[in-house]
Amino acid sequence: MSYFRMNRRSLMAGAAATAFTARSMAQAQQPVNIKIGVLNDRSGLYADLTGEGSALAARMAVEDFGAAAKGLNVQIVSADHQNKPDVGANIARQWYDNDGVDAIADVPTSSVAFAVNQITREKNKIMLNSGAASSDLTGAQCSPNTVHWTYDTYALAQGTGGAMVKAGGDTWFFLTADYAFGHALERDTAAVVTKAGGRVVGAVRTPFPGTDFSSFLLQAQSSRAKVIGLANAGGDTINSIKQAAEFGITQGGQKLAGLLVFVTDVHALGLQTAQGLILTESFYWDLNDGTRAFSERFARQRGGNKPTMVQAGVYGATLHYLKAAAATKSRDATANMAWMKGNQTDDPLFGKGTIRADGRKMHPVYLFEVKKPSESKGPWDYYKLIATLPAEEAFRPIAAGNCPLVRA
Amino acid sequence: MADIAATGSPSISASPKAAADNAALHRMIFIGLAATLLVLPFIPVIGYPFFLMKVLCFALFACAFNLMLGYGGLLSFGHAAYFGLASYVSAYTAKHWGLTPELSILLGTASGAVLGLAFGSLAIRRQGIYFAMITLALAQMVFFFSLQTPRFTGGEDGIQAVPRNNLFGLIPLGSDTSTYYLVAAVFLAGVALIYRVIHSPFGQVLKAIRDNEARAVSLGYRVNQYKLAVFVLSATLAGLAGSMKAIAVQLASLTDVHWSMSGEVVLMTLVGGMGTVFGPIIGAAVIISMQNFLAGLGAWVTVVQGAIFVVCVLIFREGIVGVIGKWIKRPL
Repeated sequence: MSYFRMNRRSLMAGAAATAFTARSMAQAQQPVNIKIGVLNDRSGLYADLTGEGSALAARMAVEDFGAAAKGLNVQIVSADHQNKPDVGANIARQWYDNDGVDAIADVPTSSVAFAVNQITREKNKIMLNSGAASSDLTGAQCSPNTVHWTYDTYALAQGTGGAMVKAGGDTWFFLTADYAFGHALERDTAAVVTKAGGRVVGAVRTPFPGTDFSSFLLQAQSSRAKVIGLANAGGDTINSIKQAAEFGITQGGQKLAGLLVFVTDVHALGLQTAQGLILTESFYWDLNDGTRAFSERFARQRGGNKPTMVQAGVYGATLHYLKAAAATKSRDATANMAWMKGNQTDDPLFGKGTIRADGRKMHPVYLFEVKKPSESKGPWDYYKLIATLPAEEAFRPIAAGNCPLVRA
Repeated sequence: MADIAATGSPSISASPKAAADNAALHRMIFIGLAATLLVLPFIPVIGYPFFLMKVLCFALFACAFNLMLGYGGLLSFGHAAYFGLASYVSAYTAKHWGLTPELSILLGTASGAVLGLAFGSLAIRRQGIYFAMITLALAQMVFFFSLQTPRFTGGEDGIQAVPRNNLFGLIPLGSDTSTYYLVAAVFLAGVALIYRVIHSPFGQVLKAIRDNEARAVSLGYRVNQYKLAVFVLSATLAGLAGSMKAIAVQLASLTDVHWSMSGEVVLMTLVGGMGTVFGPIIGAAVIISMQNFLAGLGAWVTVVQGAIFVVCVLIFREGIVGVIGKWIKRPL
């Protein structure tokens, strides 16, 4: 309606004003076309925790924002990067070069995220990363075009490592997947544990990807460490937790700490197997009224599955980006990024927060323990909240990240 | 193996006139190919230089593989090792030593050659399935090495943001289009070299060994030396393709050394036409286009690929170009 009213007014004004002003007013009413690409794993290891659910979260953000009424014509596209950096880089380039995509969201798997990070910077677009773990995205490899929303390895280490030591778990044994990511997780967590006054009594490297963890679990058991840290991800984590349950490790008094575990992993394992596992996430569907309302709507469209923190992050990041685009009325990446960093974020899932100069989104993270089957009241009732870490404690201080943007 | 012989390039017994005719036809195809490469970037949709570079790199890779399988009769299942290692070497030297593209491509190619010599001299001692298994095992060692030396390869992150330094230190490769023409030129040179090798006396001996090794031995040829030579040549050209890919795509990753890459190049060669000069180019174009334009299908791409492979094996056993060659009764 307002469109027609404005048009009539501009027509009337046109009689008095010059042709130039009339044209510029007509232009202002053109909706701004925004295209957001959700790039993630839609077929492999991370399809459940990112995948179509992230695309749905992005669409829900567009809907909730009421983008059409605010002069934005938003289109969401999605693609599968198969967890391969070259596939991801290829899609990102084509999206930017040929398909007019303005922002790429999600991008789990750090190796793919680094590739997309690089291309996004080169083409001056925006990456709204939710899925990747590496804290280097806002550290040595930080970019003025990237926001890292949901979590990172530093926060996971702080949450699981620091809080566990405080709760009495002061001796640690690591089961580390033998590749760079596993090593990084172990190194970061061990540093936090030692700093908090704990002690690392041993570590064992497991072949990646692994299926048989029995001998490593026996070593961990005989080390008598109070906490066994699982510095691995995906299938390795699932396998090692399953086999730990078979060995009765948690019943024996040792705690299992997953350094990269998502609610979908717990769902896949079942409470019987996963009970007692300690983990860190920045979002859980049952935190407050806002998260519950969103998660219910989400689950209705996803066959009952609750959103993961990565999918929640895609929602939050997309919403904030749309606010920026509506405020600047443009697709310009530089202007939109400036708006995003200059204004507080506010969404029902993560609450109020900010985006730092290095691209780090600041919000609290939570330490959870997986419930016993007897404690769970229904489907997806999996976590007990143990501790809440404020954003400043959870995320790496901006000066310690070695981000060239901040030093300059 | 008799099938390959039937579709192979001109046999020794072909009359001089037929051979001259074929050579003229091939010359025409080469000119056509060069002209196509020249205008391709100006065609919409498929003329996206980034996509074209990828096709060309894989096409050269497939041609190198075909040299060994189609003309040497040696099925290697570890060609990803030469392709991947070379791409790492070229990416590393360009990024960390700041070498110019031609030098890093040369070093990458050389690493492919050295690796080919080492692996080849072990593998050619066995034949058939054992040969394939040895090459696969050695290639898996290269994969493991790449996974475990993050200092050199960047581990699972790969070597990213490989710079495109100035060619010869002079010509900037800033735009994708200029890099495309470099890749196209190297590709053409590579294919021309392969063509020359196939039609040389050396190539004729290779075909003789492929068709009947015992007879070649009895004629006094040192079979193992020929096999090793073609192995090294193939590995070198695979290395050339790999190092070019690292510069063009600006990324060297574990995908390049993974065994599935070795499988993919077999697929490209078979779909296009094993033992034909131009078949692997078509095969690579078909497979890469499918991966590119069907990316929206996600995991279904591999299913579609598998279906196409089955159709190819059932209907055109000689591959796309092999069948065309049969129709026009000319070796392509």
